[in-house]
Amino acid sequence: MRRDIYQAIADPTRRAILTLLTVGAMTPNAIAGHFGSSRQAVSKHIQILAECGAVDQDQRGREIYYQLNIDKMKEIDHWMEAFRKLWQTRFDQLDNLLNDL
Amino acid sequence: MTNNFVFEKDLAAKKIHVVREFNAPIEKVWKAWTDPDLLEKWWGPKPWVAITKSMNFTVGGVWLYSMVGPDGQKHWSHVRFTAIEDGRRFAADTVFSDENGTVAPGASVGHWDNKFIATGDKTIVVVDLSFDDEATIKMMVEMGFEGGFTMGLNQLEELLG
Repeated sequence: MRRDIYQAIADPTRRAILTLLTVGAMTPNAIAGHFGSSRQAVSKHIQILAECGAVDQDQRGREIYYQLNIDKMKEIDHWMEAFRKLWQTRFDQLDNLLNDL
Repeated sequence: MTNNFVFEKDLAAKKIHVVREFNAPIEKVWKAWTDPDLLEKWWGPKPWVAITKSMNFTVGGVWLYSMVGPDGQKHWSHVRFTAIEDGRRFAADTVFSDENGTVAPGASVGHWDNKFIATGDKTIVVVDLSFDDEATIKMMVEMGFEGGFTMGLNQLEELLG
């Protein structure tokens, strides 16, 4: 199945994990400690987040830390801003046309 | 805010909600959105222009157009109308294609739903866009992105000049 950033944010638990990681990189155990669900369930969410490109792994000694992929999040923001500007420009052009009709 | 431009995104639901008021009666605004000669005059964000190859504004009909850039670059788009309520609403599916309207298998499809509401002499247009995945929103941005990007560069040049 193809993964993308919107699948990362479509689930409330995954959104909560992303919010948690804004504070700093964490191990899967530390992340799981914040949730009532099982470690396996949290691991599955982390795996999906990694497949979506929303988080990166960082091996530190024997521990794996997960951190937010800020660039990926910024990329989405960038697309949205470009899209907003596109519509704004279009609508301004439509204003001019309507004046002439 | 001037013209009451609203741009709301619900990324988790993969939806974008756009509202804009136009200072013209609904008949004119509807025509500008559905007549290919008029669409060409505003749909392409400058310096890009939208050039229509064919348009059949009926349910199941297709608008095939290209976005032509300042250096002659072309992006073809295939828009299939999925619902039309004359003068009030139309919906369509949009996808990149080639000049014959052939769509690559597995291409991302974006969905539009455009509503037109008369308020006295003015018209409110409500555009609801939804997309299936990351690739789709990227595509919808790219359909006008280069225009926006070029615009950004022009503004930068003006600023530096």
